[in-house]
Amino acid sequence: MGMLGLPFLTRTKDFSAKIYVTEAAARIGQLMMEDLVSMHMELRQFYGPEDSAFLQWMRWEGLEVLPSELKKIILGTDCEELGAWMPLYSAVDVKDCMRKVQTLKYAEEACYNGTLVIKAFSSGLEIGTCNWTINGPKRNIAYISSSIFVSTRAMDFNFLGLQGNDLIIFSDFSTLDTTENMENDNTYCDPVTSSNASDDLYNLEEIAASLLKDDESMEEMEKLAFICTCAFDSVRAGGSVLVPIDRLGIVLCLLEQMSLLLESSSLKVPIYIISSVAEELLAFTNIIPEWLCKQRQEKLFSGEPLFAHVKLIKERKIHVFPAVHSVELLTNWQEPCVVFCPHWSLRLGPVVHLLRYWCSDPNSLLILESGDDANLALLPFKPMAMKVLQCSFLSGISLQKVQPLLKALQPKLLLFPKDLRCKIQISEANTIIHYSENETLCMPSSKESTEIDIATDLASQFHWKTLKQETVTRLDGELFMDQGKHRLLSGFRQADSKQHRPLLHWGSPDLKRLLTELSKMGITGTLKKVMDSAESKNAAGIIDIDDPEKALIDVRETGTVIITADENLASHIFKAMDIVLDGI
Amino acid sequence: MAIDCLVLGAGQEVGKSCMVVSINGKRIMFDCGMHMGYTDSRRYPDFSLISKTGDFDNALTCVIVTHFHLDHIGALPYFTEVCGYKGPIYMTYPTKALAPLMLEDYRKNMDRRGEDEQFTSDHIAECMKKVIPVNLKQTVQVDKDLQIRAYYAGHVIGAAMFYAKVGDAAMVYTGDYNMTPDRHLGAAQIDRLQLDLLITESTYATTIRDSRYGREREFLKAVHNCVAAGGKVLIPTFALGRAQELCILLEDYWERMNLKVPIYFSAGLTIQANMYYKMLINWTSQKIKETYATHNAFDFKNVRNFDRSLINAPGPCVLFATPGMIVGGFSLKVFMQWAPSENNLVTLPGYCVAGTIGHKLMSGKLTKIDLDKDTQINVRCQIHQLSFSPHTDAKGIMDLVKFLSPKHAILVHGEKPKMATLKERIQSELGIQCYCPANNETVTIPSTHYVKADASGTFIRSCLNPNFKFSTCSSTDKSYLDSNKSKAVSRLSVSDDRATEGILVVEKGKKAKVIHQDEFLHMLGEKKHEIQFAYCFPMHMARTEDLSSTSHMLCSFDKCTLISRLSMILSDELSEGNILDLGEELQVESFRVSVCSSDNCPHRLSSSLQNGSESVFFCCHWSVADEKLAWKIISIMKNSTL
Repeated sequence: MGMLGLPFLTRTKDFSAKIYVTEAAARIGQLMMEDLVSMHMELRQFYGPEDSAFLQWMRWEGLEVLPSELKKIILGTDCEELGAWMPLYSAVDVKDCMRKVQTLKYAEEACYNGTLVIKAFSSGLEIGTCNWTINGPKRNIAYISSSIFVSTRAMDFNFLGLQGNDLIIFSDFSTLDTTENMENDNTYCDPVTSSNASDDLYNLEEIAASLLKDDESMEEMEKLAFICTCAFDSVRAGGSVLVPIDRLGIVLCLLEQMSLLLESSSLKVPIYIISSVAEELLAFTNIIPEWLCKQRQEKLFSGEPLFAHVKLIKERKIHVFPAVHSVELLTNWQEPCVVFCPHWSLRLGPVVHLLRYWCSDPNSLLILESGDDANLALLPFKPMAMKVLQCSFLSGISLQKVQPLLKALQPKLLLFPKDLRCKIQISEANTIIHYSENETLCMPSSKESTEIDIATDLASQFHWKTLKQETVTRLDGELFMDQGKHRLLSGFRQADSKQHRPLLHWGSPDLKRLLTELSKMGITGTLKKVMDSAESKNAAGIIDIDDPEKALIDVRETGTVIITADENLASHIFKAMDIVLDGI
Repeated sequence: MAIDCLVLGAGQEVGKSCMVVSINGKRIMFDCGMHMGYTDSRRYPDFSLISKTGDFDNALTCVIVTHFHLDHIGALPYFTEVCGYKGPIYMTYPTKALAPLMLEDYRKNMDRRGEDEQFTSDHIAECMKKVIPVNLKQTVQVDKDLQIRAYYAGHVIGAAMFYAKVGDAAMVYTGDYNMTPDRHLGAAQIDRLQLDLLITESTYATTIRDSRYGREREFLKAVHNCVAAGGKVLIPTFALGRAQELCILLEDYWERMNLKVPIYFSAGLTIQANMYYKMLINWTSQKIKETYATHNAFDFKNVRNFDRSLINAPGPCVLFATPGMIVGGFSLKVFMQWAPSENNLVTLPGYCVAGTIGHKLMSGKLTKIDLDKDTQINVRCQIHQLSFSPHTDAKGIMDLVKFLSPKHAILVHGEKPKMATLKERIQSELGIQCYCPANNETVTIPSTHYVKADASGTFIRSCLNPNFKFSTCSSTDKSYLDSNKSKAVSRLSVSDDRATEGILVVEKGKKAKVIHQDEFLHMLGEKKHEIQFAYCFPMHMARTEDLSSTSHMLCSFDKCTLISRLSMILSDELSEGNILDLGEELQVESFRVSVCSSDNCPHRLSSSLQNGSESVFFCCHWSVADEKLAWKIISIMKNSTL
């Protein structure tokens, strides 16, 4: 899960960001973190001080006394060696972390600060995994992580939900480890160019249909079937099977297939699941139909449990225990058996004990997910008589499907990992920018100006004024920023304060015209002082008003001061000024 | 542009909820229910009003069903399978899962009633295949323009209020909802949305309910008394919803009181329904949700399946039997057997539609019910009516309308006179235009539209900086009136005129543009001409002795003293504006006042000659925006003494 590192971040002192996670991922992630912490706790009970949070050697005090060159070698440049080591988070850290998380449903709109609309769309990789879209006033972004088009458990990759975004960040690195084109050294490049099949497809439906062809998921099911037969062979030979795979979806499917296979034979072999959170995790998977694939949802609609393990646990074919030392486990234990338990690293959790116990039994079988670390993981248990089955599962978009996917999504701008550059040639996006680790890229803005929506009922109340070429009006109402949109709506101000008055004037007033306008209002005055200025034809000056009250109008080039003791007169003079000047 | 609402059902009545809303070219049908009180053509909405030719696929964009009650979904199989609608249908996951059970149960009971069949089992199955399930808050893009979203309604499991948005116009159709949480469901929840229209139910348009707790105790006591005396309790309900809620209640009570009397579910209410509830536990209340891992609340320990042979078996029992309202079927059969004994109890949960036996029982003490010409039932049993209901009360409706503050509201699903009362309240108290149309009427309301304009960076940036104006306006708080001393409370009101700094410019052949007023003159190539007001006048002095001998030569210390004294006076008398004391100058918004020591101040008018040494001149100037405020301050100054 891409969430297990989160507490490292949230426990830092000044962390204050908002975290969005899908509901299902948050729940499963929390359980996995709790499991990790509890396994770690057990390990410390055996091998280290249980109470102190930080181990002494982890403070790196020894390193401080080393010469700087030596220190650099040990810590690694950018601290990626020993320097990056830090103690695991605690149960409290996990709890604090979860408190900072805001959970979302698929396609639920989360609005950040009124500006950004953030949405999660299913990615198909696992239950609750997702890709994200971020819509802001200036840009729409889609982030694509490892995705699986057709899943046998989680809701399928909803790539249609990612349409209409001008920037796509492609972040599926699953093909990086595959050896499809990597037989030789890294300098050899044989990129997968767009296959002929996808070139012919132009309309969206056809592309979508080709992407959803479930040959991959068929392949996956065959893989699972193969694993089950291997396991079956082992238990028939009297050996036990140990499965330390951490991918929930694969475990759930293996449970179903394996028990089906065992049921069809006459063998009575129990399946054990040992983990501190297994019971809750299994119960949880059965109450989340909204997060599962179509076939599983159909089970809800026909009133059957979503996953077969519910029935199997009730029939006592699957046994769930919190730990290897549970009393129930000891009284129920029976060999040969099939055991699902963490941790895939083979350093933590129940798997360590069981592996020690079976590693010299040639009939027993260990099923691992293959990866670079598999050999390292097995090292302490060597020499092993136990059989080891390493399998790789589909964990992202296959290279052949990247091209048609991008064709369907039509991004203006594509951010693509530099590391994948030599594996595939992309021709679909207008612009491709390659990114790599620890590098900040500045994207050109896609929209020049910000759009603002003005409610028509408000716009109809505006006081328009026609100038030489344009019609102008002062805005009114209140500007709202919501769902990434600027909206001008009529405000909640009382009507009486809405007296329309120009607030900004320009031009220079014609004093004679001003006198005429004033006299139309019944105000008489005389031009007292005229200061001729050469540049402007409209002279500045002072107008002395006698009737109905005393007042002065001090007109200058850049401004006018109205001096009077009478409110009414003042507003009349202002009105006259407004007529002789341009204003808004 | 306008929103047209055609009411096909539940207009000024309860039953066959169905509303067709046309909004910016999209046409949505909300709910497709049947009326339980009729057995003729009136039980279905009149679909011919949607399309004369029966081409419903082109006439409707989609159908949205809010929950699985028959008066909201009962006509759906008929509409899709008999009338031939093939377009998309949306409902929540629980509704899609549980609706077939409700429909099937109803269909079976109707068969026994010997009526002509309206739809078959296959019809139900085919109809449900067309349904697209949605999750709460999931934004569903029905097509390019139409967006819908479900919100938790708390009425039954899976009940939802639906938000629909097309272009700039948006609306909410609530379906049935409950604003207070009950035994197994949470309260309705919705975001604050910008709405043109809210269509809300109004079952309890005038009722205000007190706490559920007492009502629940009443129910439990009635049941307990009956079974303790050896009687049988009949609870006629529909397959889902009430049955589970009451069962949780009884189960809990049974555990606490250590009762062993059996609780039965009749055949229609299979325990299978509970299987669904177990998987859908995320849609129940927080309290029940939290316990899913250890004990699923829908694992009932005391509940058994009922066998027909047990109807006349001796001994007490509690039986949940379908259908509700005793419209026929099994519940009627049991009722006929149990009603004649005064030991027995019939508990009627919730609303009973007019025309049903349930309705007759509720409407008063009666001893005989004529079922048909030949059959008469003696009713001697006790009748208990459940007084808690999964519908919101009047306060809840008002709260929701106030919270959403739509531009218009339409009331449906209620009783005509009560709806009229509520309509008046909504219009007078909330100032929202409200309608309660009858069936087959159309209400047309205007909808919001926006014109688009490009905004300059300067304007947007200036809008990002708050430009709050705080003013205190005194008003009399009504809550103090009770205690006989009406007290003036000053409230701080905040206004923000950021938007008015913007200027909209429309030029022929170009997109409208919004710019900041500072940019505007630059655009025109003109120079600003500022108009200001000024006035310099004397203010009375109470005592001059502590000031320097001549007012002409006031030192800056004295000026400050005068200004701060003036500040005190103004803050006492002025209810608005933010008074800033800047030492030698006082500032209230754009209004500035300072002590004027120049005899030749150009802002003095010749008429206002100095009245000797008992006065000090103050020179004021302000801009037009604060005109009113300025004159108020000046009049305060003229009428006071420093």
